[in-house]
Parts: sequence; C-alpha cells; structure tokens
Amino acid sequence: MRKVAIVGIGHTVFGNLSEFELVDIMSFASGNALEDAGILKDRKIIEQVFVANVGGGIINHQTGIASSLVSRIDLEPAMAELVENGPASGSSAVKAGFAAIASGMVDVVMVTGGELMRTVTGWKGTDFVAMLTHPEAEYNYGLTLPAFAGMFTRLYMKKYGLTERDLAMVAVKDHENGAKNPYSHVEIPCTLDAIHDGENANVVNPYIAEPIRLYGACPVSDGAATLILCASDSPKMKFFTKKEPVLITGMGAATDTHCVHNRKDPLELTAVRLSAEKALEMAGLSPEDISFAELHDAFVILELAISEEVGFFEKGKAKEAIKEGVTRIDGRLPINTSGGLKSKGHPLGATGVSQIFELVKQLRGEAEEGRQVKDPEHGMAVNFGGFGNNVVTTICSKE
Amino acid sequence: MIIDELEKKLRPPELELKPYPPKVITLASGEKMVVREARREEVGVLLGTVYPLLGVPKDFYDIVASRIYAEILGWYRYRVANEFVLVGAIDGVIVGIVNSRLASKDIGMSYHTIAIKRGLRVGAQLFAAKMEHHIEILGQKEVLIVAESPIGFKRWMIEYDLENREDKYPEFRHELGGVPTYVLTTELYNAVRDQKVTGTRPVDTELLATADKLKMPDEYPQIPGYKRGK
Repeated sequence: MRKVAIVGIGHTVFGNLSEFELVDIMSFASGNALEDAGILKDRKIIEQVFVANVGGGIINHQTGIASSLVSRIDLEPAMAELVENGPASGSSAVKAGFAAIASGMVDVVMVTGGELMRTVTGWKGTDFVAMLTHPEAEYNYGLTLPAFAGMFTRLYMKKYGLTERDLAMVAVKDHENGAKNPYSHVEIPCTLDAIHDGENANVVNPYIAEPIRLYGACPVSDGAATLILCASDSPKMKFFTKKEPVLITGMGAATDTHCVHNRKDPLELTAVRLSAEKALEMAGLSPEDISFAELHDAFVILELAISEEVGFFEKGKAKEAIKEGVTRIDGRLPINTSGGLKSKGHPLGATGVSQIFELVKQLRGEAEEGRQVKDPEHGMAVNFGGFGNNVVTTICSKE
Repeated sequence: MIIDELEKKLRPPELELKPYPPKVITLASGEKMVVREARREEVGVLLGTVYPLLGVPKDFYDIVASRIYAEILGWYRYRVANEFVLVGAIDGVIVGIVNSRLASKDIGMSYHTIAIKRGLRVGAQLFAAKMEHHIEILGQKEVLIVAESPIGFKRWMIEYDLENREDKYPEFRHELGGVPTYVLTTELYNAVRDQKVTGTRPVDTELLATADKLKMPDEYPQIPGYKRGK
C-alpha cells in the first residue's frame, strides 16, 4: 500500500456563515488549502475531489455539490464525488481519498467537507440531524441527538459516578483551547464558577437535555475544511515543497447497530473501539504512542467516553484525567486542542476534515500560541457518526 | 412661555415607576455583567452604542437598532409614555440594552432587546431582567411581546411558552406594527422564572461603580473590522 501524505490544509471560520452559499464556503476552504499547498496555479494536478456534506439537498436545496465545487474553483476535469456518512462524513471522505491514493488509482486528491446549517431554524437543524436515527424505532418517538446524549450521560453517571461538575470541567478545558483558535465558533473561554459553581450558573448554563446543559453540547455551526493528499512516492510530490508533509499512518472505520437499544450495553461504543484498533494496528502504534487527540465531543460526555474506548484511559477513569489536567494542552495527553466540537463548532460534513486539519497543524508546529502541543509525533482523530453507529478513526504522524 | 405650554401638550402623561434595583450576573466567560436602569442623561451614550448597528441587516440588527434608537430618543424627548431602559455593562462598557414601557398600570409593552456582545446569552439575560422589572418590581399582570427576528421568536415565544393572542387582532395588539402579539402572563412568568431570571443583589459597591459611567463599545462582533473613532 502506498504511503499517503497531507500536503495542504484549508479552513473557514466556523460559526454563522448563512450569508454565503454552501459551495461558497467550500471554495473558501479549498482555496486556502491550494494556497497552503503552494499549488494555486498548478491546481489541475488534482485528479480526484471528494466532498463531504450531509444536508445540501435537505436544508440548502442543492445537490451535485462535488461537481459544483470543482467547477467553482476551476478543477475540471478532476473526478468528483460526494461522500455522506452523517457526522462522520468528513473522515469518510478522507478515507475515500486515502484509499484512492493507496490503491494506486490516483496520486493527488482534494477532500473538502462543508455544511451550512444556520440557514434553517435551530429546531429544523436538530430535526435534520435526527434524521440519521432509525425512522420507526427512534425518530418517530421524537428522539434527537441531544436526547440520546442525555440518556447516555445519565447512564454513565450512574455507572461511573460522573458528576455535572466533571462535565463542566471538560467544557472549560475545551473552551480554553477554542478561545485561542481563530476558526472557533465560540471563541470565548468559560469558567467553572460561571457555568457550574456560581449562584447564577443554573440560568447562565441551563439544561438542554437533562443532565446535559448548554455548555455540555456543541453549537450548530456552518463551516468548511479542506485537505490535499498526495502519494509519498509520486513524482508529483515535487509540487509540494512549501510545507513539511504529514503522513496518514492509520485509518480505521467500524459500524454498530443502527438502533442504540439493540446494543447489549449502550455505554459500550464498540464501533469507536474497533475503528481505533484498526487505525492503531495500521500505524503500528498503541494508545500510549499517541501525543494528542481530537475526539468527537458533540456532547462533552463523548470526549470522556471515546477517550476510554480508544484505550487512553480505563473505563470510568477519564473524569480523573480531566481533574488531574492530563488532557490539557500542557498535560500528558492533550485532547481537543482545537477546542473540539464543543467550542470550535460542528458543521457536520466539515467536522472530520477539520479534526484532521488540526492534527496537521499541531504536527507541523503551526498551532496558535498557547495551544501548541509540545513536540507531538502522532495525533489521533475520532469522528463519530450517528450515535456511535459509524465511526472513523485517523492517525497522522510526522514524516 | 408659549413654547413650554405647547411642549406640555405634546408630552404624554407619565406613571411613576419604581426603580429597578441593580443586579450582577456572572456570564459563562466569568465576566460580571451589571444590569441596571439607564438614566435619562445617559441617552447620548446609549444612542451612540446603537448607532453603528443601524446598517447591519444580519440577524435583523438594522430594524431592531433603528427602532430602539427611536424609542430611546422618544424617551429622552418625552414622546413615549412610561418608558424604562435597562443596560447590561461589563467594566462599564455597554454589552446590551433593553427597553419597554407601561401601556397601563397592569399591562406592559415590551419594546426591544439588543445584544452587542454575542455568544454569552446577554440578550436572554437582559430580556429576563426586563420581564422581572415588569412583573416583580412594577407589579404588572401581563406584558405584550412581539418578535422581529427569528432569534427573538425562539428566545421569547418558544422558551417562555408565551400565549399567542394574534386571534384577538386588531382589538388587542402590540403597538409595534401589527406583527403577531404574544403575552407573558404572571402565571407564565412564574412557571419559568427559576430557569430564566438570575442575578445577585445587592451589587458590590465597587462593582456597581464600574457601571456608573457607561461607555460605548469600541468594537462590534456584528461589524468585523469596525473600530470606534476610526
């Protein structure tokens, strides 16, 4: 299998970009990546484009997005396809790009993920995301992703003694990182006193799906991110001299039951574990070798649960790591250095690409002051689709 | 003087309003927002704060800013009866403004809510303070409310589960342009009070002093690149 390098990265700010069209924001991120890779003029060397998006046809009334993007940024006749895998669409698109290069089919691929969710009301946005649940057994009963996360959190609290204060500590840590990330949707730090301990906290940080509070959930965001991939052994690598390439050393994906109630234990995120095991095996690494990670914290509980499932901590012990500062930027294993979905935001199709964008930034040593991990070697990104029924894990390493 | 006599005829009759006791709310960022009643002599700084937003169409800032500008000016020039204005200030810098008036002793007429600082629910806290003033301090029975932006509709109509009285139109209506009228009754207010209204009283003297002389914001997240005076 050929080695695959990430040779260019691009990103828009995450937030409310509803004054733009979906393909506009995708072209902004793509343009940034072409520039970062140093191939703005030579962009026709890109042979294949994969676009990650979930709601174009549903909430933006636009289909054929991959063709539209290619045309918008003058990349014809590159092959172009859309990849949809719910909230894990971004990483799935990267996986498709990785496979296309590793198989020898093409040498240079661009992957762009984007989503425009703020063009509809919040409740329509929530409904749109809930469409990934089982239509008869879940959706028809009004189950939404926040509702799932609320039930999951309650169960986790009961089993492992997690408290709301522990969850608030995760949010404080994520916002501390997100406040230093210029791409963050909520570029604001928060304090434990304000969102949990203080006398105004109940109103400032209200429940949205008890026991999940406002600061326990990600915002609804618009945004896009792009990666440019190239085969390490390709003569086309000569175009990419501007930045040090970062290697994709491991990729794994796995699925679990569509209906959460069909799982033996809803707290077991089997697809997370299996996808991480595959990625680690491909990279020849163990969890202890990972320097930092971007974990899909659409709800802060997921940061804890995923970090345990991939093998960073024992089950039920991630909360101790938070208390001990292990996952802070200056800790032993920084998690969600970008601010995570919690602070940076979660435009579905863009999220997985954005997580890997962050791995590359950190491994290049380009993260902003105060959120650069010290001498990282390997970063892991876990992109969580559905409520854990389709998960993609990516490992990137310094060359 | 003849001008004074004429002016008297132009001015509306006024009810005497109890003052709103200041409070402080610790926002999620840890910043302390003092919420207090604005004074008539502070109209200049209030209008100056709102002015740059008159040309911002996103999230309907333009219409809300235009209306609140006119309403505050109307208050200053005695052309609106029984109006009150509350401000939220962090270190003396205005982060949000709400205004309202009493249509009668028992009925309130909520005007506008404008949040300058975004992402910290400043608007939600100030709107709640405005309702607190109507119901708890001024002892009103109902407040008529309209929304002129989707954000407002979500924050007020949905989150407070306001009573829709648009079927009573035109006999019963809010005075802002005939948009559907919703009502916060005392019962509805009491049902959501603990989830919506917060703040600590009395405010520490030193902290309150920081909000004594209000300052206009230098920058607006709604206007990227804007810097006051440049």
